[in-house]
Amino acid sequence: MQHDDVIWDIIGNKQFCSFKVKTKSQNFCRNEFNITGLCNRSSCPLANSQYATIREEKGQCFLYMKVIERAAFPAKMWEKVKLSKNYEKALEQIDENLIYWPRFIRHKCKQRFTKITQYLIRMRKLVLKRQRKLVPLSRKVESREKRKEEKALIAAQLDNAIEKELLERLKQGTYGDIYNFPVHAFDRALEQQDQESESEEEEEEDDEDVGQREFVAEEEVEESDLSDFEDMNKLKTSSDEEEEETDEEEEEEEEEMEVQTKASGSKGKSPANGSAVRKKRAYVEIEYETEPVAKSRATS
Amino acid sequence: MDITEVPVSRDSAGKSKKNKKQKKKKSAEGAVEGKETEEKKTEKKMEKMEASFPPTFSVSEIKNKQRRHLMFMKLKQEKRKQKMQLKKKKKKEREALGDKAPPKEVPKTIENQRVYDETTVDPEDEEVAFDEGTDEFSAYFNGLTNPKVLITTSDRPRGRTMRFCEQLATVIPNSHVYYRRGLPLKRIIPQCVSRNFTYLMVINEDRQTPNGLVLCHLPDGPTAHFKVSSVRLRKEMKRRGKDPTEHSPEVILNNFSTRLGHTIGRLFAALFPQDPQFVGRQVATFHNQRDFIFFRFHRYIFKNEKRVGIQELGPRFTLKLRSLQKGTFDSKFGEYEWVLKRHEMDACRRKFQL
Repeated sequence: MQHDDVIWDIIGNKQFCSFKVKTKSQNFCRNEFNITGLCNRSSCPLANSQYATIREEKGQCFLYMKVIERAAFPAKMWEKVKLSKNYEKALEQIDENLIYWPRFIRHKCKQRFTKITQYLIRMRKLVLKRQRKLVPLSRKVESREKRKEEKALIAAQLDNAIEKELLERLKQGTYGDIYNFPVHAFDRALEQQDQESESEEEEEEDDEDVGQREFVAEEEVEESDLSDFEDMNKLKTSSDEEEEETDEEEEEEEEEMEVQTKASGSKGKSPANGSAVRKKRAYVEIEYETEPVAKSRATS
Repeated sequence: MDITEVPVSRDSAGKSKKNKKQKKKKSAEGAVEGKETEEKKTEKKMEKMEASFPPTFSVSEIKNKQRRHLMFMKLKQEKRKQKMQLKKKKKKEREALGDKAPPKEVPKTIENQRVYDETTVDPEDEEVAFDEGTDEFSAYFNGLTNPKVLITTSDRPRGRTMRFCEQLATVIPNSHVYYRRGLPLKRIIPQCVSRNFTYLMVINEDRQTPNGLVLCHLPDGPTAHFKVSSVRLRKEMKRRGKDPTEHSPEVILNNFSTRLGHTIGRLFAALFPQDPQFVGRQVATFHNQRDFIFFRFHRYIFKNEKRVGIQELGPRFTLKLRSLQKGTFDSKFGEYEWVLKRHEMDACRRKFQL
């Protein structure tokens, strides 16, 4: 004999029920056959002889009904009915199985079944979307890699490497004519090449100057002055960029520049040409005050 | 009397080294590490016994712990003294010889001792040159396509990752940051292709920091998956310059020596436009050292022709290649050209892949 009220009196109110979970506002029932999940007189599977639930297993829903005649064999107490996958048909199945049962249980069974089908649908949808794969990190490996990275960073000497690479690119000339340095490099290279013949050239130039000044005095002087001042300009621009070491070399090279073709010299001098022109005029104004000379200057 | 070799476990040897430094000579209580480690240490040096000990005598045979400890310390001191003497002698010889002294020995570094990789690229290798002329990047390197990069993240990015994306977008010209609204990559890729994007960059995030990067070259190019570490955003960097301008930066790729390294290097190179604007004086560096790729973004200025000053702008991060896949991103059915297999590849300290 199953005395529901007595059972409820004991486990529900007075004494201990192992399935009961108490919270501040409500009591829950952890029994797996409970239909609503709450601890109530009407929802308690232990305290109701006529009871039914819906449970799902691997995507299949079953209707479980309690057969109280087998209360002595708890393992065989619950009868299960497989519900169809079609939602409406399953509802009809529930109805026909619980035909004369209390309204409360029928209603709650259908509610539970609806909820279960909904979450099964959502699960199936999620599987089709992107799955997030969790990759476990091994602490040892991570710390080892971190250490290796630090050591690699120290060994890399990044700043030095970058600077070296940039300077190499500058030397190779990938930057073209943007910077003025290539001129100096060019001059220095040339100076190194022509070091042997320097002294000879100087002597020759003196001879030439001496010879030529008699015939084409002014122009020669102008040209030399011109080249002087172009070099001076170069010197000025270089000093802007803090290169005083090459000043002396510049002065040595002045004589060489006369011998060399203008084209080679003008390559790097193009930015400085403007200032050279200005310098020329200043020089002219100061020294040569005769108009014809100035005019020839302007035209040239 | 034969000396039996006791198998030495690495842990105990390591610990004993550490502990020995802390020990004092005559402290009996210092011998915490136990006689086992001492035995093992001394047995390693069995062959290098001094003349002070009888030849068949080993320190480990003394049963008394204190005395054994003392003898061992004496042994170590002797050895150290000998080493110092040798050093001094060498130094004297070197000074005495002056110019004729043999050149100083180059210290061994990991880079020096690197195991020779047979896939190292020879600069004049024709096969490599041919391959590179016909691979997926040839279109870029022949000047046919301009890079256009789409930067996105994993789902629900947090602040740091978004800031990182934005900063990356300023570094890479012609790049766009898009919010990933939970779209699967396989659906994003055809859309990108139809809009003429050349690169897809996905920054994966874990616990509010970026930790992974998927770089996918779009018209069915290779996909590389990197692990990202040590990300420094712009405001975390000391002594940094102003924000980068819109000029295309130059690219420096250092130390990509093997075939795999070459592929990855070209992958990075194709991110940036072919013609850098030198006016901007900005340079992006990908430096490979021991399989870690360090990314830096600098502004440079040539002070004179021998010195250049660089100032770091922009974010910095390190990458480590995890896998390289042939087609576009397809983790299930993709054909992997290279995958990091830790047990095989990390076993040797001196072997590197890139």
